[in-house]
Amino acid sequence: MATPKEVLVEPILNNNPITLQVLGICSALAVTVNMATTLVMCAAVIFVTTFSNVGVSLVRNRTPTSIRIIVQMTIIASLVIVVDQVLQAVAYDISKSLSVFVGLIMTNCIVMGRAEAFAMQNGPWLSALDGLGNTLGYSVILIAVALVREPLGSGTLLGFEIMPRVSDGGWYYTNGMMLLAPSAFFIIGLFIWAIRAFKPEQVEHSEYQIAPNLQYREAM
Amino acid sequence: MPEFNKEGLRNTLFVAFALCLVCSVIVSTAAVMLKPMQKANQALDQKQNILRAAGMLPPGATVDAAGRTVEELFGEFEARVVDLVSGQYSASVDPQGLDPIKLAKDPARSIALDDAADIATIGRRENVSVVYVRETDSGAIDKMVIPVRGYGLWGTLYGYLALEGDLETVAGLGFYAQKETPGLGGEVDNPAWKALWPGVRLYDAEGAPAVRLVKSRSPEGSPAATHEVDALSGATLTTKGVENLVRFWTGELGFGPFLNHLKSTS
Repeated sequence: MATPKEVLVEPILNNNPITLQVLGICSALAVTVNMATTLVMCAAVIFVTTFSNVGVSLVRNRTPTSIRIIVQMTIIASLVIVVDQVLQAVAYDISKSLSVFVGLIMTNCIVMGRAEAFAMQNGPWLSALDGLGNTLGYSVILIAVALVREPLGSGTLLGFEIMPRVSDGGWYYTNGMMLLAPSAFFIIGLFIWAIRAFKPEQVEHSEYQIAPNLQYREAM
Repeated sequence: MPEFNKEGLRNTLFVAFALCLVCSVIVSTAAVMLKPMQKANQALDQKQNILRAAGMLPPGATVDAAGRTVEELFGEFEARVVDLVSGQYSASVDPQGLDPIKLAKDPARSIALDDAADIATIGRRENVSVVYVRETDSGAIDKMVIPVRGYGLWGTLYGYLALEGDLETVAGLGFYAQKETPGLGGEVDNPAWKALWPGVRLYDAEGAPAVRLVKSRSPEGSPAATHEVDALSGATLTTKGVENLVRFWTGELGFGPFLNHLKSTS
């Protein structure tokens, strides 16, 4: 049985949902183009996952197996709507650029994954820590990606200019690829490489061996 | 009392019903309580967009250089309903809550455009729209802001075009919603590019829409140069879309007749 501290801290680097489990990639691609939306998205995912884990955990002993996924989805979806409504009320500008992705938190693999894999078997307190830990791990990676994408793509960080752009009379030629979603794929790939070089135990064993291609012999 | 059976039908129905009840109460409470703030945000956002297009509010700021707030600045504007068919003000309709984009979807209150006329690719055009007028103390028009929209590369661009009091010179153009490629077509939001618009002349000598987005501008001072704006590099289709939407909304099927009517009466 894991201690509360392990439940909270393990997912941040050792068992990171993005770099080890490769979950939640979709939103990591979509929102990391600038830091402000990234931070809001992280806060939203932290809130939704922590409280959905608590909710799922509270009703776990009453939930029939036949409708458990629907129960989880209902709890998650309700929390997502609440987050979306709050964003529209207090941070309207950010909600305009994020609204589609906030709605898609519902299908974020991490949220569902933690509800099904952890909260269904553990008490509310541990589940809350698990949700928090996993989404902190998610946030660390997202913030790191945004830290690369926003300066290289727009020459700014959190909207403040750090490298004056050529289009504004400065010297920095912006990297257009960084503004597009696929760049996050490369950056996350590089992160996974770096983490696994540093922690070789995370490297997955091949499940099969590629056989040598011997067909050319038949031709001879 | 039968033994509690978690997997039984009775418990399944109970859990489903109770959960839906609790969740719907939470969701509706949030929605109802936050509604006034959301409405206020939307209204404020629209006012900011109009003021930004008119060049009265710097991008990203919520007060102008003199420190006046959005509400104070927007108070100088008056919303008026325009009948796009007759080209006149339609005083009988209340501009409050009138949404031209919604109207364009209502077959009874809009017209379908055929492909040749529909250069902005909007499909249908509303019969009445709302303009925002700022008048000088003597009652002459100082600024006129009209809503514009049209298809770019990935989706429809929505914005406002602000005109000077002569109704022929652009005072500013700004988009509040667009889906163009970031860094290429998305540069329609670049302040440096938007700064090219003020002063552009909308109509040629015959009164036809003449705005052109070009790769290299005609020599400074030539008549053609007054209608030209630099195209966005790497964004041919967005550029074409912007040119078309400005031409459409200042043209015969847009606000052209209305602007002509105002010019002839003033």
